[in-house]
Amino acid sequence: MPPLVRTIGISKHYPSGGTIIHAVSNVSLSIEHGEFVAIHGRSGSGKSTLMNLLGLLERPDSGEYALKGREAARLSEDTRAAIRRKDIGFIFQLPALLPRATALENVELPLVYAGVPRAERRRTAKDALDHVGLADRSHHWPNQLSGGEQQRVVIARAMVNDPALILADEPTGSLDSSTSDEIMSLFEGLHRGGHTIIMVTHAAEVADRARRQITLHDGRIIEDAVASGKRSLLNAIPLASPP
Amino acid sequence: MLGIVIGVAAVVCMVSVGAGAQAEVSEKIRTLGANLLLVIPGARNSAGARLESGTQPTLTEEDAASIRRELVDAQVAAPLLSRSMPLVAANRNWVTLVAGINADYLVAREWQVANGRSFTGEEIASGAKVAIVGSVIIEELFDGRAGIGETFRIGNVPFTVIGVLDKKGLGAAGRSQDDVVFIPLSTAQSRVLGAVRGTTRQALDFISIKVSDAAAMPEMEREIEALLRQRHRIRGDAPSDFRIENPADVLIARGAAVRTLGILLIAVATVSLVVGGISIMNIMLVSVSERTREIGLRMAVGASRRDIRRQFLIEALILALIGGLMGAALGAAAAVAIAWKAGWPILISPWAVILACGFAGFVGISFGLYPAHRAARLDPIVALRFE
Ligand SMILES: Nc1ncnc2c1ncn2[C@@H]1O[C@H](COP(=O)(O)OP(=O)(O)O)[C@@H](O)[C@H]1O
Ligand SMILES: [Mg+2]
Repeated sequence: MPPLVRTIGISKHYPSGGTIIHAVSNVSLSIEHGEFVAIHGRSGSGKSTLMNLLGLLERPDSGEYALKGREAARLSEDTRAAIRRKDIGFIFQLPALLPRATALENVELPLVYAGVPRAERRRTAKDALDHVGLADRSHHWPNQLSGGEQQRVVIARAMVNDPALILADEPTGSLDSSTSDEIMSLFEGLHRGGHTIIMVTHAAEVADRARRQITLHDGRIIEDAVASGKRSLLNAIPLASPP
Repeated sequence: MLGIVIGVAAVVCMVSVGAGAQAEVSEKIRTLGANLLLVIPGARNSAGARLESGTQPTLTEEDAASIRRELVDAQVAAPLLSRSMPLVAANRNWVTLVAGINADYLVAREWQVANGRSFTGEEIASGAKVAIVGSVIIEELFDGRAGIGETFRIGNVPFTVIGVLDKKGLGAAGRSQDDVVFIPLSTAQSRVLGAVRGTTRQALDFISIKVSDAAAMPEMEREIEALLRQRHRIRGDAPSDFRIENPADVLIARGAAVRTLGILLIAVATVSLVVGGISIMNIMLVSVSERTREIGLRMAVGASRRDIRRQFLIEALILALIGGLMGAALGAAAAVAIAWKAGWPILISPWAVILACGFAGFVGISFGLYPAHRAARLDPIVALRFE
């Protein structure tokens, strides 16, 4: 089986003022089914851009990208939307919910666009909310939920269509440490349940909870390490300087 | 929004008022009696204004008789003399139109006696004190009793009711045609109306002519004109001392006036709908830019461009339809008010409502296209970054 995610030298640059910012440059990586990967790096290091590339929200300027073994770098907008709908679950920084939809309706959204019939949609979305422990908040509006609860609704929405790949961009960015701990436990649960998760974070203690850590600097991968089991040990290793 | 409301209101109002006016015109033409011409004393000047002809009697029973006699297409030519008079029954008073006629008048108006009988030749010739009354008189003087054989007074002349007329409803002037008392013309001239008028007894209010064939009406107008000018010894290009009217034409002209109003309303409706469309476009553009992040989120969870476009088109459509329904209610209310004021039947056509809401929907979709297109064309990344 081909890796779930495989990129070969993908790059994305943005014109900014007179110069060009290489948000992601020449990134090659491969992620297998069932992995839990943290993408780590300072603010502005290109984490979100890489994530948007992997999530087919953004098109690379150069390089190759295959998702589930299928070429995915040069698809039409509609095809990319179809893949996002089917294979990818997004978790953004808050606010990531539609303000005028209830928690349940927000979770249903990917199923609406996938054309799932109403009754089945309801049931699946309820199950997903139940899974994140919010079954009793189904009919609350986003502004009636705490930050942690909102983020759990977002996670329920990301997993409701059982995607091959869950992408989370700073999922704990705006949460306090105990709430973010809950959210991380939820991710670990999803991982144990067989989901593939790629999580972007600039916080080392959050990244530490993933099995594999990829470190970005100025749009390049400077480290790609699999934890041996002892987090503290890994943290002690100094970052290699970019070539 | 307001534009849509006004536009749809105008369409519904226009169609309903038009239908009501049309129904009322054809109903009045029907109750008028078919192929009716009126000869009315008094000339018209070139501007169409009526010139009073002094105290000279210009139209007489003899004129009516000669029209009947000499013009083959004149089925009947019925003289009429009328005045508003107080009636007195046992304990009731009522002021109504008292008209002296002969039996021909009822023929010309295609008016049936529902109960009792019409005048006999003998009664007409002898100036009998008998009356045929409209249904309103029965209500007002006799409390709805049959009325036949009962007596009442016009001024101080006693009359006996011999017939009650079929109901005709409102006439061209908006007054009930059933609020009337008919007495023999000779009686009116000698005992009731001739005397109080201070004119000679021969003077008529008008002559009603029933023409045998609708196609002969214009020809008939010319022939009556020629005949009466000759009888009245009017020479050359001197103006006639009478005029000929086709009351159906008058009613049709009123119908046409309503249609003109309708065209005006269509113009108002068109302008309003366009204005409404532009305001819907504006609302939708604001909504799209306010909800840019929402659009990005929807795209991220898999909405295609088509999904986004459809969403905003439906919102524009709903907006327009809400306006449309409000407009339909407003237009219907306006139509009811107009019909009520003008005494027309109220006809709110459901088709007008459907048509108008269809227009509103069409406007909503057409003016929603551009904002929806803008929303669908957004780059998901840019949309997601939008604060
Ligand atoms: N759409 C964009 N237009 C212009 N510059 C961008 C855009 N997206 C990202 N960048 C720039 O690319 C760099 C990487 O951004 P990003 O991927 O958001 O970093 P991170 O998520 O690691 O903070 C930053 O310098 C940012 O300013
Ligand atoms: Mg970022």
